[in-house]
Amino acid sequence: MYIYADNAATTKTSPAAAAAMMKCMEESYGNPSSLHSVGQKAAEVLQKAREEIAALLGADFNEIYFTSGGSEADNQAIRSAALFGAKKGKKHLISTKIEHHAVLHTLNKLEKEGFEVSLLDVGEDGIVKAQDVADAIREDTALVTIMYANNEIGTLQPIDEIAQICHEKKVLFHTDAVQAVGHVPINVHEQHIDMLSLSAHKFHGPRGIGVLYARKGAPLFNLIEGGAQERGRRAGTENLPAIVGMAVALKEAIDGMETSEPKVEKLRDRLIEGLSEVPHSKLNGDPKKRLPGNVNFCFEGIEGESLLLLLDQKGIAASSGSACTSGSLDPSHVLLALGLPHEVAHGSLRLSISENNTEEEIEYMIKAIPEVVDYLRNISPVWEDLEKGEKEHVI
Amino acid sequence: MLYSEKVMDHFQNPRNLGKMEDADGIGEVGNAKCGDIMKMYIKVNDGVITDVKFNTFGCGSAIASSSMATEMIKGKPIEEALQLSNKAVVEALDGLPTHKIHCSVLAEEAVKAAVKDYYDKNGISYDENEFAPGNCPHCHE
Repeated sequence: MYIYADNAATTKTSPAAAAAMMKCMEESYGNPSSLHSVGQKAAEVLQKAREEIAALLGADFNEIYFTSGGSEADNQAIRSAALFGAKKGKKHLISTKIEHHAVLHTLNKLEKEGFEVSLLDVGEDGIVKAQDVADAIREDTALVTIMYANNEIGTLQPIDEIAQICHEKKVLFHTDAVQAVGHVPINVHEQHIDMLSLSAHKFHGPRGIGVLYARKGAPLFNLIEGGAQERGRRAGTENLPAIVGMAVALKEAIDGMETSEPKVEKLRDRLIEGLSEVPHSKLNGDPKKRLPGNVNFCFEGIEGESLLLLLDQKGIAASSGSACTSGSLDPSHVLLALGLPHEVAHGSLRLSISENNTEEEIEYMIKAIPEVVDYLRNISPVWEDLEKGEKEHVI
Repeated sequence: MLYSEKVMDHFQNPRNLGKMEDADGIGEVGNAKCGDIMKMYIKVNDGVITDVKFNTFGCGSAIASSSMATEMIKGKPIEEALQLSNKAVVEALDGLPTHKIHCSVLAEEAVKAAVKDYYDKNGISYDENEFAPGNCPHCHE
């Protein structure tokens, strides 16, 4: 048995999406910009996919811009809003401390270019307060960008309230919804979302393809110059097979959401219940206001990378916010933003499940993970100090 | 693959793993904040390290580096163990990724810390410079 529990990293491509991609490569190989009939057939396929995706998000087709994925969409949305704001003397940007690096690093760069950035704190529950957003908005605020759901701890942010506040105060609102699309219901028009980023491979679509939704009138500047694709906002021949695969996967995910997500939520809650039995462990993020498939724990006295490697040996694919898995020396900025000390944040484990996981797999993980935690604690000098009372338990 | 077969072998089957009740020297190095702590125990007879054990809190390469270092000093005269360099540990492991080199530095320092503790406990004089902290910028705040 090998259990794939790293769906927040990427998902297994749905067979229907893969088949549609293959068919597209074989039959619709023309360039949608070509005037001949082969090209025009591809243009029709492209338009159909665009309309389908728009309808599934509650958007109009001409508000959909295909990108190479979530990171590009985030970069383009934020840079566009900043540039547009600067032209009107607005150089203040608002976000949170728990955003994905695609957002944080873009904001960082803009800060160096003369913008002022306010990164809001989140509570211990991993959720930003809508009131804090309202309080942070100023006359010169060009953009509020806040993720829909966090990629590490899965917490769902109060997007409806935040979007409403921004709408009323006439400030552009962008949300990185990469982890949320296909897993929670979203309707961009009804929710007053101005811009939204998504990535297909988080909902069983292919990698290397995503969408930037930008409502009519929202400013968009090019990151990539060249041809007039995407109504002049994103040059480069369209990745048609991936776009078609994304449309199929998104339709499957959204049509199946009502049945699949409650099932995933039940598996998640059982997994949380089982792992909570481990002494000196802690669930990170609000227990209920989180993505249906996200489980994130800290285990005191152990380090996350060694935990991952041993779990892989036991047939479990997971992820960690430990420094050692990131290639840097600091543990995850998200866990630190929750107020966890460094040494506890090093011992984190993220399990992100999908509708492909079974009850049997959950029970196996509930049995196997505490065994590995025990083994690592037995060889850990940190755990020894905690047990001897030379250091105090934090969790 | 991030790690060599050697690293994975020493990570999955660590040699000399455990604590030692009657150790002659104990060295603990690293910092939980950075994510690695190594504790090394040595038994010394007639100037020779006759037994060695370790416990480690850390990533795969930290555990593998500790394990390899214990193998390299077991049965060796103290003077020889003190010559163990982090480079030798890395070579013996068939290499470590660049951002994991500090794990091998910790292993070298753990050996030295255990010997220093042995010297201190037995009133043996030594040159302080030989035990100066290594050149790993990550491990010393």
